[in-house]
Amino acid sequence: MALIRTLLTPLVLLLLAGAVQAAAIEVREFDDPIMEQRYRSLTASMRCPTCENQAINDSDAPVSADMRDRIYLLLQEGVSDIEIRDHMVQRFGDYVLYNPRLEGRTFLLWGLPAGLVVLGAILVALIVRSRKTASAQALSEEERARLQALINRERTE
Amino acid sequence: MKRRLLLLLPLIGFLALSLFLYQGLSLNPFHRESALMARDFPEFDLATLEDPERRVDRSLFTTGELTLVNVWGEWCPECKREMPQLLDLAHRHGVRTVGISWKDTREKGLGFLEEFGNPFEINIFDPDNELGFELGVFGAPESFLVDADGVIRYHHVGYISPGEVRDKILPEVEKWR
Repeated sequence: MALIRTLLTPLVLLLLAGAVQAAAIEVREFDDPIMEQRYRSLTASMRCPTCENQAINDSDAPVSADMRDRIYLLLQEGVSDIEIRDHMVQRFGDYVLYNPRLEGRTFLLWGLPAGLVVLGAILVALIVRSRKTASAQALSEEERARLQALINRERTE
Repeated sequence: MKRRLLLLLPLIGFLALSLFLYQGLSLNPFHRESALMARDFPEFDLATLEDPERRVDRSLFTTGELTLVNVWGEWCPECKREMPQLLDLAHRHGVRTVGISWKDTREKGLGFLEEFGNPFEINIFDPDNELGFELGVFGAPESFLVDADGVIRYHHVGYISPGEVRDKILPEVEKWR
């Protein structure tokens, strides 16, 4: 019995702690399911400015709560998703976006992987082509004739 | 022989990438530039901490004088440690300082100034993070240097040590004054 208690107590405490944490993030009511969906994806796509890599929908930091409040408010006012993202970036910087916007400063970030794949494909194509021509030119006309003669001799003997 | 050396290229590329990513490990994610750098100090309309009847707005920062804006709260231990440095900046170096009493009650804010000294010409009372949000503040203390035209020129996240006053704040003050 004592053993069970020692095993169970930390487990119960852990569950309670989880419940307390969950309570720290408010539950919001939406009349419009589309708006609720937008709220969810917006709060999932932004990084909490003060926590180590947590989305604002998952963080009980005060600044995340304020950002969620603001997103909710702006949604109610009929502001578009892009404008809401810009609103946050203007205040908290590009850092808050998990997916940085495509612009002059970030084109390398988005373009480099695709660029490297294209570069790799070109390199492979070049290597394959050079191997083909190399094997075609491996023997001169004369050598090929000699080779053929040797093969013929082998067969006749 | 030359072709053989070419085979080393991927390895060299890999090492360069590793080095680049490795130095990223030691970067502090809080040391990033404020999104408001080189932008106008945002509009606001709030009461002062000292006098609930008195409203202040953006014109507080277009008086033709460089201003250090410090975001603080009574609940913030780092802010208490920072006060001697701010008093030094205000009184010895003649830097105009304005405080933002952030996410706090009036009573506690005034008590704080009484206890730890008041380097501020005036304190903007922002209990609900109205101005703080516009400034992208995510914790106290945070400090901004606002130039004579009301443009944000420098942003400091967290506690300002005496060494940082000398090495960071004062050079920036001189630069933008």
